[in-house]
Amino acid sequence: MKLKTLASAIALSGATLIALPSMAADTIKVGVLHSLSGTMAISETTLKDTVLMMVEDQNKKGGLLGKKLEAVVVDPASNWPLFAEKGRELLEQEKVDVIFGSWTSVSRKSVLPVLEELNGLMFYPVQYEGEESSKNVFYTGAAPNQQAIPAVDYLINELGVERFVLAGTDYVYPRTTNKILEAYLKAKGVAASDIMINYTPFGHSDWQSIVSDVKKFGSEGKKTAVVSTINGDANVPFYKELGNQGISAEDIPVVAFSVGEEELSGLDTGPLVGHLAAWNYFQSVESDANEEFITKWKAFTKDANRVTNDPMEATYIGFKMWANAVTEAGTTDVDAVEQAMIGQETPNLTGGVAVMNKNHHLSKPVLIGEIQDDGQFEVVWSTDGVVAGDAWSDFLPGSKDLISDWTAPVKCGNYNTKTKACSGQNY
Amino acid sequence: MRHLIALCCCLFGLLSLPAFSAESPISKELLTELVDTKLSKLQPVVAKIEATSGEDALPLFNTLLAGKLYYVRATKDVVGQYTLDGDKRYQDVFTSQDVNGLDKPSFGSKEVKKIRVNNKLRVYLRKAIAGIQLTSKSPAVREDAVHALLAKLDKNTVEIIEELYPKEANKKVKEAMGLALALNVANDKAATVSSRLKAIETLSGSLENSVRNHLTKLTNDDNASVVKAANGALEKIAQRANRFAFIDQLFFGLSLGSVLLLASIGLAITFGVMGVINMAHGEMIMLGAYTTYVVQLLMPNHIDYSIWVAIPAAFMVSGLMGVLIERLVISRLHGRPLETLLATFGISLILQQLVRTIFSPLNRQVSTPSWMSGSWEINPVLSLTLNRLYILAFALLVFIILVAILRKTSLGLNVRAVSQNRNMAKAMGVKTHRVDAMTFGLGSGIAGVAGVALSQLTNVGPNLGQAYIIDSFMVVVFGGVGNLLGTLVAAFSLGIATKFLEPTTGAVLAAIIVLVFIILFIQKRPKGLFPQKGRAAE
Repeated sequence: MKLKTLASAIALSGATLIALPSMAADTIKVGVLHSLSGTMAISETTLKDTVLMMVEDQNKKGGLLGKKLEAVVVDPASNWPLFAEKGRELLEQEKVDVIFGSWTSVSRKSVLPVLEELNGLMFYPVQYEGEESSKNVFYTGAAPNQQAIPAVDYLINELGVERFVLAGTDYVYPRTTNKILEAYLKAKGVAASDIMINYTPFGHSDWQSIVSDVKKFGSEGKKTAVVSTINGDANVPFYKELGNQGISAEDIPVVAFSVGEEELSGLDTGPLVGHLAAWNYFQSVESDANEEFITKWKAFTKDANRVTNDPMEATYIGFKMWANAVTEAGTTDVDAVEQAMIGQETPNLTGGVAVMNKNHHLSKPVLIGEIQDDGQFEVVWSTDGVVAGDAWSDFLPGSKDLISDWTAPVKCGNYNTKTKACSGQNY
Repeated sequence: MRHLIALCCCLFGLLSLPAFSAESPISKELLTELVDTKLSKLQPVVAKIEATSGEDALPLFNTLLAGKLYYVRATKDVVGQYTLDGDKRYQDVFTSQDVNGLDKPSFGSKEVKKIRVNNKLRVYLRKAIAGIQLTSKSPAVREDAVHALLAKLDKNTVEIIEELYPKEANKKVKEAMGLALALNVANDKAATVSSRLKAIETLSGSLENSVRNHLTKLTNDDNASVVKAANGALEKIAQRANRFAFIDQLFFGLSLGSVLLLASIGLAITFGVMGVINMAHGEMIMLGAYTTYVVQLLMPNHIDYSIWVAIPAAFMVSGLMGVLIERLVISRLHGRPLETLLATFGISLILQQLVRTIFSPLNRQVSTPSWMSGSWEINPVLSLTLNRLYILAFALLVFIILVAILRKTSLGLNVRAVSQNRNMAKAMGVKTHRVDAMTFGLGSGIAGVAGVALSQLTNVGPNLGQAYIIDSFMVVVFGGVGNLLGTLVAAFSLGIATKFLEPTTGAVLAAIIVLVFIILFIQKRPKGLFPQKGRAAE
């Protein structure tokens, strides 16, 4: 045992020695781990560009800690195991100080063990299913209580919906979100026969029988809505089929958690008008900060038709907070930055202030928008103030007693308030 | 409807008169209120306009519903937007005449602002419009109006319908009105039980969605005989609806089958007839889809005809690529199936990367021609989507043409001769090299044509081909290698089986079950559904 520690100590010091030259390099490296090809490229390419824009912006302001920032972009190609490999490459070979990356939960879960092993730091900018809180990850997207639950509340309270179709792509985010929603709906008194759950593979293109099933389910006497966690480019044929089969938003509204301005751009939105999306940001929200961001983005991409979306705002907030935390900590050391991150405040683009909580999740406002024929969203409902992201859902029996708190004395992402014990699980 | 509006707009745009009278049928105060009110409080304002102006408000409501209603920031006048030669222009809502100064393409978001609508308001507007249109001159419009009103009948509309019912001359409209009145009686707790039962009897003949909604509510009625009648009527409707649902599902199966047929028919030639394991077949489909995209880029104002140009273009592009691959690679690896497999797999990767480099890794948007969008509505529960209907017909057409080529032309004769006995064919003077190249070109070209059809259904991206290559091999092997009829039968039976499994098992499991079935089937009959007979098969 002793020998082992000694050996690892020697190895460690050896490693630091070898690593020294690159540590002394005069740039701070920012890793970008987003798919630039494959089924998720439609969504993730934009986020890569956002990080590049933020890096350029920060460099114009003189960089951080007197050093310039340098972006290192890799392409995990929508191939989930490749996220782990590319993550390792970023941390071990490129020695990046921070990673901005991932979209799908399965890709985040894939890179997570690598982050924990090598003590990396990642910002994850996408809405996700919760049930996770790693010391090495900051979740700047929405947790289920910041997107899914308010959306369902809106459907029930404002639209009088009584039957729900939970349609999703077959992987961890939709499955967990739908589990939470199912428990929530049942707690609200919705009968099991009024909930239909359907999963399809990534990139599914033949939606005819599913859309027809939805139509049938919605023609049995009760107001019906579809809650969609369909991800990636499968949304295009899905909405096309909805339009072709004549399902209008007035009969059966679809509220989507993965469809934003970017996914709608280039799509004929005529048949989609009135369908809904729940996000923490819409491009159409009028505020000075938002206008400045949009102008900057259009200038950066040299394309006047480029749109902005929610995960971009999440990336923006994450990047600003990280830059502030690094300045405050005076170093890019992961442990120091991690502690400095908690309590960071950054103004939202839509107004109000986002706060990083002890559980590595943000407090953000929730907005619900209707698709307009110009591909933008019209906000039809929003929460009064900000909603704090909840890492562990209160509606699942397995996680309702769990909390996450990365400050002393708890310092645990998975703390059981009943047994007063940390599960020991790393994330 | 939208086309009609667009057409009218265009017509008026062309005949535009510079003179414009400021008289509008709705008072300026109401219109200003409409402009000034927040979206969430807009409905009462619309109701006020409906009450005071009635029929005169129709153009305003239609424009608002279509999302084309704007107002001039400076004067708060409401204007309708229309498109002329790709430019957005504005005109008076009521007279559809150009307003002086507003008809310039330079007019933009600085001068005008859109009046936005949401779902709640859209529902309200539709009902208001339907109420106004009950007295329209066109029977089709009247019928639509009654149907639109079925969902939410209130006392006012029932009174109007009651008044109009005896005077109605058109049979269809009268029927719909009768339905509305029956709905009203059935729901009316003050009416006598016998009249309610009679009304429910009338309702049981309708497949209309709103009728079912009302009947479902009636099953909770206080009166036991009404509940019984409502349940009976619902059952009757459900039985009829189920019959149509079966047809629907059959159509879905045929449609999936036609996609599978299109994707695999080219492979049935290159793999089935020539025996080349062509892993780049999917990329031939992809090239066809990208050709459609490029054709649409070249003729942006004629999307409706672009498909007719894209079909021969895609055939040429993929066909020439096929000939090139055959000449440069496959012919040199003749008789070495393993090397051919690896080489064509390499080609498929090269082609994917080529497309990624030229067109970016992002999906490209291929527009659907207007004649291919929407659906053919047979009755309220059965409607067939047009794009799939056309693709089904197209797949069968391609199949027939291909069979004709193989059976009736000299190329077909040579292909069959070479595939059955290469040496004998050579001895008879057939130029086997030429025939090989032509056959491979034909198979690839047809894959390209399939790409045109698939671009209408799925995303056009570098990975398009990969999604279909497995399915294609599955169909060809299942149908029997070298047998075109087998490919046809296999494609449709797999399509139908998948679609009948899907509702009970879900899409993921259905695909697995079909795959397992094929594996077991191939174990039992290695040569597929229709094995080739005779010495040629050995």
